Amino acid sequence: MHELAITQSIIAAVTEHIGELKVTRVVIEVGALTSIAPHAVQFCFDVCAKGTNLAGAELEIVEVAGRARCRGCGNESAFEGPIPWCPCGSLNFDLVSGHELKIREVEVL
Amino acid sequence: MCATCGCSEHSSDPPAEPGTDPHPHMHPHTHSHEPHGESGHDRSAHIHEGWDEGGSRRVRLELDLLAKNNRIAERNRGWLEGRQTLALNLMSAPGSGKTTLLERTIRDLGGEFRLGVIEGDQESSQDAERIRKAGAPVVQINTGTGCHLDAEMLGRALRTLDPPPASWVFIENVGNLVCPALFDLGEDARVVIASVTEGEDKPIKYAHMFRASDLVVLNKMDLLPYVQFDVDRFLVHSRSVNPRARVLQVSATRGDGLSAWYEWLRERRPSQARSLEMR
Repeated sequence: MHELAITQSIIAAVTEHIGELKVTRVVIEVGALTSIAPHAVQFCFDVCAKGTNLAGAELEIVEVAGRARCRGCGNESAFEGPIPWCPCGSLNFDLVSGHELKIREVEVL
Repeated sequence: MCATCGCSEHSSDPPAEPGTDPHPHMHPHTHSHEPHGESGHDRSAHIHEGWDEGGSRRVRLELDLLAKNNRIAERNRGWLEGRQTLALNLMSAPGSGKTTLLERTIRDLGGEFRLGVIEGDQESSQDAERIRKAGAPVVQINTGTGCHLDAEMLGRALRTLDPPPASWVFIENVGNLVCPALFDLGEDARVVIASVTEGEDKPIKYAHMFRASDLVVLNKMDLLPYVQFDVDRFLVHSRSVNPRARVLQVSATRGDGLSAWYEWLRERRPSQARSLEMR
């Protein structure tokens, strides 16, 4: 399952940027539309962090809501999927947010 | 110069990729550029100030995890453009008929165009064997536990396949209607293949995949008399999540509807091939 690979890449990216410091907390943003299950990332994190500088660190997952902008009238609204619907009648949308997958910040000793 | 804080401490570093932070940021910070002494110039030594919260410090990273994949995908795209070669990313649930459609396409179009295939499966080279027997060069990627292909895998496979100029590369992604949609490979177009044995509500249940695709192929039309599949409802659902994508109704085993598929491919064919044919 790919939450495992994603969790491993979170740990690798933090280690690459933080170096030798001990990490006590990691804050990540996961967009609601990424089809990544936060609880699965949480599940993998403790296991994957063992033996790294992130061992024992707390993982905070910030879920970013989906927002879509109608290509017909420009109206922007919250979007949970699967089908966006605009009051103007258009079904044609650009996604503004909800696809994020990023490490926002860490706390280190 | 660092784009976030303006410091020139890391001026010798390569330019930061958009969406990534070249070095961790602590705020407020001062930059006295005196030598660091024994701590040297490794990255951890540059975290020299920050605010304390019970002994720990916050470091803002803003690292986009998909940025690396997208970078490699763009590199693949450039590599393919340099060879005037088009890559198509074929995605579907397991068992929709991707490999059968490719076997048929190779047999029917192999004389007219240069075709190559990159196969993605968790394990085994069964699909690659079928493609080889159909007569096209093929590279098999085994992802192990991975549920999708990513740009790095594709880059390596492309270099191994080494397609000649003005050819097509069909990428048969891992059978999965969820994850492959998230990963740009560097393809020219995305094709999602569904089949009448799967239920007409697939486009709305797996909207992300259908929205991300340029073409929808509805396969196994020969089985329509034996299943309860409402084609019109499938078309409505598909159009509602993706008004732009055409839906082709085909039977890869019997050949029904494949002329429309071949026409769609011909419309996108590499431009050098077009000019070669005109000579």
